[in-house]
Amino acid sequence: MTTTHTVTAPDRRRVSKTAGSHDEPPRRSRFKQGAGRQHHAGPFAYIALAVVGLGSLFPLYWTLVAASRTQDEVLDTTPPLLPGGNLFNNLEAAWEQASLGKAIVNTVIVSSSITLATLFFCTLAGYAFAKMRFKGRGALMTTVIATLTIPPQLSVVPLFMMMSDIGWGGQLESVIFPTLVSAFGVFFMRQYLLEALPYELIEAGRVDGANNLRIVWSIVLPVARPAMMVLGMLTFVQAWNDFFWPYLALNQQNPTLQVALGQLSASYVPDQSIVMAGALISTLPLLVVFVIFGKQIVGGIMSGAVKG
Amino acid sequence: MATTTPTRGAHGSRPGRHAPKPMTARRQAWRSRLWRFDDKASPYAYIAPFFLVFGAFGLYPLVYTGWIALHRVEMTGLDQMEWVGWENFGNILQDSEFWTAVTNTFVIGVISTVPQLMIALGLAHLLNYKLRASTFWRTVILTPYATSVASAALVFALVFRADGGLLNWVLGFFGAGETNWANGHWSSNIAIAVIVIWRWTGYNTLIYLAAMQAVPSDLYEAASLDGASRWQQFRNVTIPSLRPTILFTIVISTIGSMQLFGEPLLLEGGQIGAQGGTEHQYETLSIYLYNYGWNLGHLGPAAAVAWAMLVLLLLIAAINWLIGRFVRKTAA
Repeated sequence: MTTTHTVTAPDRRRVSKTAGSHDEPPRRSRFKQGAGRQHHAGPFAYIALAVVGLGSLFPLYWTLVAASRTQDEVLDTTPPLLPGGNLFNNLEAAWEQASLGKAIVNTVIVSSSITLATLFFCTLAGYAFAKMRFKGRGALMTTVIATLTIPPQLSVVPLFMMMSDIGWGGQLESVIFPTLVSAFGVFFMRQYLLEALPYELIEAGRVDGANNLRIVWSIVLPVARPAMMVLGMLTFVQAWNDFFWPYLALNQQNPTLQVALGQLSASYVPDQSIVMAGALISTLPLLVVFVIFGKQIVGGIMSGAVKG
Repeated sequence: MATTTPTRGAHGSRPGRHAPKPMTARRQAWRSRLWRFDDKASPYAYIAPFFLVFGAFGLYPLVYTGWIALHRVEMTGLDQMEWVGWENFGNILQDSEFWTAVTNTFVIGVISTVPQLMIALGLAHLLNYKLRASTFWRTVILTPYATSVASAALVFALVFRADGGLLNWVLGFFGAGETNWANGHWSSNIAIAVIVIWRWTGYNTLIYLAAMQAVPSDLYEAASLDGASRWQQFRNVTIPSLRPTILFTIVISTIGSMQLFGEPLLLEGGQIGAQGGTEHQYETLSIYLYNYGWNLGHLGPAAAVAWAMLVLLLLIAAINWLIGRFVRKTAA
């Protein structure tokens, strides 16, 4: 007991000093490449990071402050800096004025179906681009990447007319279907599978007599799972927060959370504390996801970037 | 994560498959033809969903936009299209509001992208040191990314409010007078740029950090052997190694700033937001498109705006490409 204690003590002290640390020793191996130049950060670095961190978090904190006050308090010449006691009144008012209940259900439906479809289709396509040989592969991959640069603004007018033509005007389908796949997702899965999936594994599957679908199911999908987790979270965050096209495509009776929030603030005389309560409701689920999976999301953005 | 376990299972779970089965020649031929078809067709089948969805909801509408731009189509009767030729284009090009929107989009794009990427570069450099709780810092800096445009714009709308706004209150302490942020051309554009910077700096920081960690350490060792200071190392080793990544983030941010919509729409909200301010002082191209199509209900001109955006985008791409070539030449 005492020996273990003496061995681990320095290490533990080091970790405990890092207030709220999410760090873990194995991650340090990531730095190996640049180990020769890794200087320790001085106090200036910590001060700068703390300032930026405060700037990152303060608007979120202030959303909570404003959501828990009355409008008069929020707009007072000395704005409040601490939460008040009006949170539940405001949440209730936001809930009623913006049909947030329906909006939440809609947002969950939209985000999860987009995420599932994106994961499935992008993993398949990413695998084909990473490990299969076929005519036109290079040109097609270039096309996929090129589509990344096309803003949705360029096609919303006909898209809106098409949707009303098919009978999806104002329906969730009009938001879900255009987003079923993502060029970024294809690219991301391809980059991951290029390295993570050795050809030997596929060959082994073939020797075993598996056809292509079978190989996808029992070899590719398990290997791709970590990347799929990351892509899933990135896609979910994006689908949850999407504003432009849903705002144009959906109507007041059938909104997603972001659309409802936009309408709440556009109402005749919006009460700012109620609007902030709505903002809180629309942000909170994602913040929870972010606190739990933040590390994976951070890692995902970094890995997606470094290989690109 | 456990990537090896499932695959080992997939490989070893069917030992019986290894044994060759007796087969007649005809069946074998049929089978091998089936296999060959499977091999030929599978990749196309796997990438087909992407191209089908993109074709139907991306490419086709993109081209169709051009056709609509030559017609009069009203929100009130979507199935009635009347040919008007270049009239829509003529109308928007002669509209001073359109040029205001182009200017605003450009100004906001520059004053949001440049500081954002510079801050991100600096932050990434800090995060690249040996840090305590490095994951904690990364997560904190990325948090705004998890916020929606709508929530961010609405809370910043309160921060930038003329009376009772948080920013004016803070500035009051320093003796600075009150600014009606949303009312001025520059001040409103700055306000919108701040929202953009707040949401995207963390994201770009992580992209830079990843690129920095991929820089081979012997470059730094060689530099320090030559007696280069840390700042010189940053300037002469880090920045040049990051050049492709920096170009990538510039392209992504530029495309992003072309699309600014929620930030200006919700800065003041309501009818004022839908036209980008009382004097259109912060109207962006997306707002202009929205105002024409969804607020006023004229879809023809809105489609023409979309094509104008495409032209601008191609122009920016060309400039980017030229700059990239110039930078590469001067470096070589």
